[in-house]
Amino acid sequence: MLQITNLHANVGEKPILKGLTLSLNAGEIHAIMGPNGAGKSTLGYVLSGRPGYEVTEGSVTFHGNDLLDLEPHERAAAGLFLGFQYPVEIPGVSNVQFLREALNAQRKNRGEAPLSGAEFLKVAREQAGALGMDMDMLKRPVNVGFSGGEKKRNEMVQMGIINPALAILDETDSGLDIDALRTVGDGINRIMRKPDKAVLLITHYQRLLDYVKPDFVHVLDNGRITRTGGAELALELERDGYKELAA
Amino acid sequence: MNRSAPTRHDEAWRYSDISAVEAAWPLAAPESIIVPAGGHFARTILQDTGSIHQLDIAIGKGATTAIHVLNIGGDYGRVELNITLHEGADFKLGAVQIGGGTQNLEIVTTVTHAEPKATSSQIVRSVLAGTATGTYLGKVAVARDAQLTDSVQSVKAMLLDRSATANAKPELEIYADDVKCAHGCAIGELDAMGLFYLQARGIAPADAKKLMLQAFVAGVFEDAADEEMLTDAALKKLGELV
Repeated sequence: MLQITNLHANVGEKPILKGLTLSLNAGEIHAIMGPNGAGKSTLGYVLSGRPGYEVTEGSVTFHGNDLLDLEPHERAAAGLFLGFQYPVEIPGVSNVQFLREALNAQRKNRGEAPLSGAEFLKVAREQAGALGMDMDMLKRPVNVGFSGGEKKRNEMVQMGIINPALAILDETDSGLDIDALRTVGDGINRIMRKPDKAVLLITHYQRLLDYVKPDFVHVLDNGRITRTGGAELALELERDGYKELAA
Repeated sequence: MNRSAPTRHDEAWRYSDISAVEAAWPLAAPESIIVPAGGHFARTILQDTGSIHQLDIAIGKGATTAIHVLNIGGDYGRVELNITLHEGADFKLGAVQIGGGTQNLEIVTTVTHAEPKATSSQIVRSVLAGTATGTYLGKVAVARDAQLTDSVQSVKAMLLDRSATANAKPELEIYADDVKCAHGCAIGELDAMGLFYLQARGIAPADAKKLMLQAFVAGVFEDAADEEMLTDAALKKLGELV
C-alpha cells in the first residue's frame, strides 16, 4: 500500500530524514519508535505534504501512485490521514461544518456524491458516540478550548468519519490518561484494523501498543530505520532504552 | 460654504485615494438622521460601487442605533459615520471591508458620547489582498459630563498578501473620569498551520482559506435585518480573493 524508498527530506536547510525505507501492506499495523529528534514527526509531515518539508531524494508511492506529486488535500482524498501530534485550533469554524466540508471535498475528489446534512450527522453521531464524545463538542469550534485529551479524541472521531485507507498517527497517545488511552486504542482497532487498511503509529511509549498490537515495530534514529522487529521489540526498547539498543 | 477638497494633511483623509476624492468633490451634504428619545434606528450600508457615504446620526436619550456596513466595491470606497450619543443611548457598528487588486477602502467613525450613561460598540474586520489598502479610523470622544460611558472597539485586519496594506487607528479622547473605554486592534495573516490542518483533511487550499476567512468575519452581521444578504455578498467577495 505504502512504499517509502530511500527518503531524504529537509526542514528548512536541515536534513532530517536520511535514507528512510519502509513498506506497509494492507492489513498491517506498524509502529515507529525512536528518540526525540529522530525524525518521527517529520516523516508524518512529509507524507502528508506539509509546506516547508522538502523531499530531496527518494520516492514514496501510495497504492502504486506517486504520493509526493500530490497536494495535501489530494493525498487526503487518496485515503491518507494524518493524526496530528498537536491538533490545531480553528476559531469560528465548527467541527461539524469542517468535517462535512472535508468529507464532501474528499468524496468530490473521488467522483462520489456528497453526503446530505442528515446523512453526515448520522455518521458523525455514530463515531462521536463510539469514542465517548459529546455531540455538543462536535458543534463547537474545531479544538478550541478542548483539553489535550479531548483534542486527541477528536482526531479519532475525525478518523472515524473520514474512514481513511492509511492512518499515520503522530503521538496520538501523548497527553492521554489511562481511560482515554484505552478509548483511543479501541478506536484505532475498530476503525483501522481491517484487511484493506494500514496504520503507521508514531509513538514514544509501549503503552499504546498494549491496546493496539503492532505487526511490526521499527526504530527510527537519525533519519533512518535502524532496526525492525515484531511487537516484542517495543518491550525490549521499553526495558533497555534506545541507547542500549544502538550500542 | 465652498470648502476645497481634503488633502493628505487632513487626518481623516490621510490614507484616502485623494484623486478619487477630488473627482467626487464637492460632496453632497452628509445624510443627517435624528433618532428621537427612546427610538430605534437601523441601517445597512452596502458599498459596492466605489462611492463615498457620509452619515451624521444624533441618537436621543435612551434611543438605540445599529449600523451594519459591508465595504467591498469600486476602486475607492469610503463610509464615514459621525455619531452623537445622548444620555443612555446605545450605538452599535458591525463593519466588514474586503478588498483586492488596487482597491482603497476605508471606514471612518467618530463616536461622541456627549452625555452620561451611553454605550457604544464598534466591530470592524478587514480582509485585504493584492495591493489593496483598507483603513479604519475610529475616534471615540467622551465629553466632560459623560460619566459612566461604556465603549468598546474591536478592530482586526487579515492580510492575504504581503503587498496589501491595513491601516488602523483607534483614537480615544476622554474628558470624563468615570468611564469604560476598551479597544483592541490586531493585524495578521491566516494561520499557516490551520490552513495545513484543513488541507490535510481534504479541503482544497482556496476553500480552506475561504473557510477561515468566513470564520474571521462571522458574527459581525449577527442581528442585522439583512444578515443573509450581507453574508452572501461578503462570501462572494472573499471567493474572488482566495
